[in-house]
Amino acid sequence: MLKQTPLNQRHRDANAKLVDFSGWEMPIHYGSQIEEHHTVRRDAGMFDVSHMLPVDLKGEGARDFLRRLVANNVDKLQSTGKALYTCMLHEGGGVVDDLIVYFLNESWFRLVVNAGCADKDLAWMETQRDALAPGLSLTPRRDLSMIAIQGPRAAEKLWQAMPGTQELAGPLKPFNAVVVGDMFVARTGYTGEDGFEIMLPNKAAPYFWMALLEAGVKPCGLGARDTLRLEAGMNLYGQDMDERTTPLESGLAWTVDLKSERDFIGKDALLRLPRDKQLVGLKLVDRGVLRNHQAVFTAAGPGEITSGSFSPTLNASIALARVPASVQPGDTVEVEIRDKRLKAVVVKYPFVRNGKALI
Amino acid sequence: MTIPANLKYAKSHEWARLEDDGTVTVGITHHAQDLLGDMVFVENPTVGRQLAAGEECAVVESVKAASDVYAPIAGEVVAANADVEGSPESINQDAYAAWMFRLKPANPADLDGLMDAAAYQAHVESEAH
Repeated sequence: MLKQTPLNQRHRDANAKLVDFSGWEMPIHYGSQIEEHHTVRRDAGMFDVSHMLPVDLKGEGARDFLRRLVANNVDKLQSTGKALYTCMLHEGGGVVDDLIVYFLNESWFRLVVNAGCADKDLAWMETQRDALAPGLSLTPRRDLSMIAIQGPRAAEKLWQAMPGTQELAGPLKPFNAVVVGDMFVARTGYTGEDGFEIMLPNKAAPYFWMALLEAGVKPCGLGARDTLRLEAGMNLYGQDMDERTTPLESGLAWTVDLKSERDFIGKDALLRLPRDKQLVGLKLVDRGVLRNHQAVFTAAGPGEITSGSFSPTLNASIALARVPASVQPGDTVEVEIRDKRLKAVVVKYPFVRNGKALI
Repeated sequence: MTIPANLKYAKSHEWARLEDDGTVTVGITHHAQDLLGDMVFVENPTVGRQLAAGEECAVVESVKAASDVYAPIAGEVVAANADVEGSPESINQDAYAAWMFRLKPANPADLDGLMDAAAYQAHVESEAH
């Protein structure tokens, strides 16, 4: 039996095609994935991301615990509402999950983890908590729904849908959040556009969804969310990195703090392991579509596509691929598609930001 | 959408239409495009290729996934629709107008082995369960 979010009936009312996503019944699209993609690049779309799990970490010493638990440095979080993207590693340096950490105060941080990893993450965090800081509490917030409103017109339509939000959420800079009544409003997202991710009580979620709909925000499915995040060059856990890969070979070195003295779980392994692989962007030159797990052939040796799809914004096929560390942007490589080797070029990503093609 | 009564259908969701000149036009069904979603790539067989019944001969790819297209009957490819390769989304717009290729059947009677609209409807419903 698939789990349902509080917005399930709203999706059915909007003729969503529902699929099994990590055990949750979620909308893949509401008619056309490509139209939904363009809506987010050009106007404003909304995603039900209630399958993701907010976890509240509370108690004295929460920051110290996070200094050890995650690979990025939570000391970057100094102002209330500030958010940090980070990986949580195991001792071997593999990625347990990627998450966002919000700083509310010294005894309250909120972590938002992937749906497919939620149970594993909680168990991992509880084990670490028991060993390092047994006084801290970890509370999964299944009582909260989460809606992402994304696109160049997301802000104005949100103000329209929820009078009063503009005053508090309007001044938010990217990667900052504010509590507005019983809503938690973060200027974050997974699309490469301006927008918000809003957590609110489950009971309120369907009404909020309707208000956004009336303000002209279009429902968008997880299909569009995937092509949007790929164009934006954002990693997807389970594809671009997992427990068998490190953040350093997954394009996430910028999220790992190896400079400070701070010791975090997995740091020893990261310092020890060879750095012979990297994540690069690919753009297919020949006709076809790049897909996950296709083999890549480079002058420096073999690689593999970790996320590949069609880019509606570029009208071309793009991918993230793990290849030898010496491969450079501008290199031509080959990708095996149905027993044929097709030509692709290595590019710097992100591919698209704020509606504009970057390659 | 109703399934056109003037076409024949394969279990692998291709439609086939006998033309006046004896060739057979092939495409994928509305149901197939609905399962796949927004089409972004089509690769047709080359003209002159000899196909066995059920042979993988073309590919359609949506944003979501790639899918093989099979020859509904045996025959030689006599035409491939370049328009549909240039505009894969035309299959989403009207799957029965956006034909993919034409065959000269090895044996025209083979068409009788395909399903009619009613049988195809039942086949689609059985797959949904």
